[in-house]
Amino acid sequence: MKQRDIKMMTPTTIGLIVVMAAGALVAVYRLFKGLGAATNLNNLWPWGFWIGMDVLGGVAMAAGGFIIAGAVYILNWKKYKPIVRPAILNAFFGYVLAATAIFFDMGQSFRIWHPVVMWQVNSIMFIVAIHVVLYTTTLGAESSPMLFERLKMMGAYRFMNAIMVPIVLFGVLLSTLHQSSLGAVYLIIPSKLSPLWYSSRLPYLFLVSAVFMGLSMVSFETILSSRLFNHPLPVEILRGLARGSLIVAGFYFILKVWDLVAGPGIGAAFAGSFTANMYLLEMVIGVMLPLVLLAMPKYRTGINSIFSVNLLVIVGVLINRMNVGIFGLAEYASRFGVDYFPSLMELILTAAFIAFAFFGFKVSAKYLNLFPETEH
Amino acid sequence: MSMNRRDFLKAAAVGGGAILASQAVPADASMPRELPPEAVGILYDATLCIGCKSCMVNCKIQNSVPGGALYLPDRKELPYDFSSPDNIWDDARDLSSKTVNIIKVCKNGTGEHKDETENGFSLVKQHCMHCISPACVSVCPVSALRKDPKNGVVYYVEDRCIGCRYCMLACPFRIPRYEYESANPRVRKCQLCRHRYDAGKYSACCEYCPTGASIFGKVTDLRKEAAKRLTLKPGEEYSFPVQTVDSKEKSRRLVSKYINHLYGMKEAGGTQYLLLAGVPFEMLGFDKNITEQVLPDLTWAYISKIPAVIATVLIGGAATWAVTRGRNKDKEE
Repeated sequence: MKQRDIKMMTPTTIGLIVVMAAGALVAVYRLFKGLGAATNLNNLWPWGFWIGMDVLGGVAMAAGGFIIAGAVYILNWKKYKPIVRPAILNAFFGYVLAATAIFFDMGQSFRIWHPVVMWQVNSIMFIVAIHVVLYTTTLGAESSPMLFERLKMMGAYRFMNAIMVPIVLFGVLLSTLHQSSLGAVYLIIPSKLSPLWYSSRLPYLFLVSAVFMGLSMVSFETILSSRLFNHPLPVEILRGLARGSLIVAGFYFILKVWDLVAGPGIGAAFAGSFTANMYLLEMVIGVMLPLVLLAMPKYRTGINSIFSVNLLVIVGVLINRMNVGIFGLAEYASRFGVDYFPSLMELILTAAFIAFAFFGFKVSAKYLNLFPETEH
Repeated sequence: MSMNRRDFLKAAAVGGGAILASQAVPADASMPRELPPEAVGILYDATLCIGCKSCMVNCKIQNSVPGGALYLPDRKELPYDFSSPDNIWDDARDLSSKTVNIIKVCKNGTGEHKDETENGFSLVKQHCMHCISPACVSVCPVSALRKDPKNGVVYYVEDRCIGCRYCMLACPFRIPRYEYESANPRVRKCQLCRHRYDAGKYSACCEYCPTGASIFGKVTDLRKEAAKRLTLKPGEEYSFPVQTVDSKEKSRRLVSKYINHLYGMKEAGGTQYLLLAGVPFEMLGFDKNITEQVLPDLTWAYISKIPAVIATVLIGGAATWAVTRGRNKDKEE
């Protein structure tokens, strides 16, 4: 098998490597000097940018893996087979990065294995930890045929393919639970989180928005990698994903509005406060604009408009995660006089994670058979 | 097999809706909901407090020994909390990783009259509430925070803690504090001086309180004492016990006016630290959004559904695969 014709030493790649190196320095500094030296976290803001962006956002961005794998292996929609490998690999990177972010966010990083042996079934954090471990392993297994193929280990390759359906089903189960349990993390703080986001329906909202995000993410990276790596656009696949996005967008919109009406009421969204405006921003960018655009066949089928919608959804759901994880707590914390804004080091480490994902994906695209159907 | 994809999606939607509509259920049996049999606690009466902060001094001294809530093996002096530039006084402004018990002054308007709301002020003593059903214990993934099944003290097992700080997010009273300044950090909070009980001693803060503002004792006795005080008329004389609820030593003085509310009786499902005051508790920094909701129940409503989700996804997924596989083969052949 030949390696793809992808240039490695481009200015972009060098930029990515520089950002990753800066992140590595921050990581070392954080481990030796502690959280107080590296971050702006404090006693009223125990969780900040790393949890809101890297963990909540990163895991939602990885949802495409279980959706496409489930569609191809469980629903047997073979049409989507060409994108199953990149989708799973993307999810694998997402989870590895979320786990790495958790490692550096924990005060006692080297006890990261504790939850695996010290079970505490009342804790959502325990459930989340177990899922990260199991699902990252599952994604590794789902990606392994690519590697075995490259290493010409055909026995292992055939074995993994033979047991792929149960592995994928297990992955779908873990993802359903993990995406929803990240929302369930916040069920315990009814007095702290703004009622614009606090709701007993948080687990469902997280699950549905993760599916929404996952579809957009897969479509986004399919278009992006087609352009970057010069292979033909799978137009029918992209249109199929857009149709799926429309259905999910409609469902998510109804769920969000129901949640607002049943909770603080429509008026709360128009209170004019910073918190209310963040809610409106999330709703307009991440829910309403995508829904309106996807509802019109012209925009649902055009590749450029699909790409724009994908961007809206990705940014919108990221804003949602930041709202639940950070901005939704601002009114509570400022009532007790403490603010939070991420430190430069928090931002650098996050930037390094994102750079690593792009870099890793590029290396994989070069050395692994990531797009089998486009190679003839 | 007659179930097509449309039917399956319909069934899944109905199942999802049923889960969505069901109500919260009580938490797992391992999470306590009732006051433990020998529960101990503290009753703080803000109208008796003179703000001398002796309780804070003895708290730091007694908790800096092995087993104490502020103990650090290599710490040479007491964990002073400097907040003025000259670093002379231990003058904590809030709870911190070095201060797990604090006396605060809360003012309203001009703040002239003690224990009055209008242009008044009140003192308040802030430390762990030792909840009957603690959110921090329920969220800890490694049981580093625990509730003693007998005396109900919420305590910390340092070696288990991974430092996720979920306890800090979950606590409605903003109690757990973190050693952000350290590369080997711990959570710090009041443990009601549980390391002193074996020697026949009790909470350090109550031991040094000269007026009986903080008294230690069995929670059932503390509740009775508090209920009695709420029936007293302002201006009459009463013998307030000092140090412990069953103490022989009393402080005889005039009764102030109370707000008719024993804080901690019902809040967040009830706490073992109870407070009386002459002003509303919201003025003393207690979050108005705290209700009688038992917080771990909110989480358990989700966790208890996990087995059903596992069964649904595995059975539904396998069935879907079996049905769609056949159809797909037809197409390919």
